[in-house]
Amino acid sequence: MIKLKLQSLHKRENELANANRQLEILSNGIFKSGELPKFKDKIAETGHFPLRPKKLEILQINLGYMCNQVCEHCHVDAGPDRKEIMTRETMMQCLEVIRNTGAHTLDLTGGAPEMNPEFRWFVEEASKAGIEDFIVRSNLTIIRANKKYYDLPDFFKKHNVHVVSSMPHYTRGKTDKQRGEGVFDKSVKALQELNAIGYGLPGSSLRLDLVYNPTGAFLPGNQDSLEKDFKKALSEDFGIQFHSLFAITNLPISRFLDYLIASENYEDYMHSLVDAYNPAAVENVMCTNTISISWDGWLYDCDFNQMLGLKVDSKVKHISEYNEDLLNDRNIIISQHCYGCTAGAGSSCQGKVV
Amino acid sequence: MANSYYDPADLRKFGDITEWNEELGTKFFDYYGKVFEEGALTAREKSLIALAVSHTEQCPYCIDAYTKDSLQRGITKEQMMEAIHVGAAIKSGATLVHGVMMMNKVNKLDG
Repeated sequence: MIKLKLQSLHKRENELANANRQLEILSNGIFKSGELPKFKDKIAETGHFPLRPKKLEILQINLGYMCNQVCEHCHVDAGPDRKEIMTRETMMQCLEVIRNTGAHTLDLTGGAPEMNPEFRWFVEEASKAGIEDFIVRSNLTIIRANKKYYDLPDFFKKHNVHVVSSMPHYTRGKTDKQRGEGVFDKSVKALQELNAIGYGLPGSSLRLDLVYNPTGAFLPGNQDSLEKDFKKALSEDFGIQFHSLFAITNLPISRFLDYLIASENYEDYMHSLVDAYNPAAVENVMCTNTISISWDGWLYDCDFNQMLGLKVDSKVKHISEYNEDLLNDRNIIISQHCYGCTAGAGSSCQGKVV
Repeated sequence: MANSYYDPADLRKFGDITEWNEELGTKFFDYYGKVFEEGALTAREKSLIALAVSHTEQCPYCIDAYTKDSLQRGITKEQMMEAIHVGAAIKSGATLVHGVMMMNKVNKLDG
């Protein structure tokens, strides 16, 4: 049994549940006073403003904000109390897009996407489109949460799904601190089950990647070094194997922003992000090759902009009117949270970008 | 002057020392950067050494920097504390081993 740490900001009626309030905080204070440069001005220094998309490679679809966990730093503010769930009607619109897109990767996320009652139907239909890389972002514990999910590993295998799972640390204490008590043990069990059917093994086409994001107000270290440490520890302690580790920076929005402010780390963290700004990362930020689709079919430059309510700056704003050429001719919407994707080696849903 | 000898914000200004002597400052930071690269020791091992030495040197800036650096490298708090004990053991051992000098002197003068 996972002991949930908290309720979503929405459930608590926290002011940061309001995206506009978050954007206000991100534009005031140290950014308004000029102590730190606004992201727009920073990228303009190297001629990257306005930020424009390149070739579309990834369609990321959020199937809903409902989740069996309430992680401390969740940028989605997901949890069992969130009821936003994609309907079959919207999924059908997504399928139409998937069948005709030029993107090579389909990336399903949430919340826990598996909790959407139409999840399996959608995966079955989407897998028929023959997309090259079909990712499901699974939090792992969902596989052990209820009997009805026990066969998820086999279901993933049947549809050649690429499983990407969060694992903030290879020790119980750090993982449970961020994701809830009991999460580490359940995650280990789920990873062992995935290994048992071939996921994550060297040379296996059943891809299993892990996502690392820091447990506190600091940036991720070198992705390759962290991957080595994770592989060594998980293999020695639990016999677990996986393919790659994606190191992801926590963006200062939603529950992580709440944490930063409450722990009086906000200003230092923003300084760390700006100090680590890397123009080379701007070249490859994920919003330049991704479209993010929300549970209710709206289109965004990325998952973070989705959570901040910043719809794409295009005539086409909804999946029902999807047009890839029109969409690709747009300016990407930015704010100070974008520093999270350009720090150090950069950060994206696929890890570092440099 | 600030009200305190140590201001956390000064750590971010460390690079400014180059402004008053570019040649030496640049040489120092080049050397510093090189020292912490992966070598015969991993960058992770070097970070733990730096954390221990930060404590024996009692440098607040260094403690701030290398605690954060350790966290970024996935080093656990148990590992960090053990590293500090290594530094503390050497520091106290270095004090105590001088006791032999005292003993030698006593034996010579009053043995």
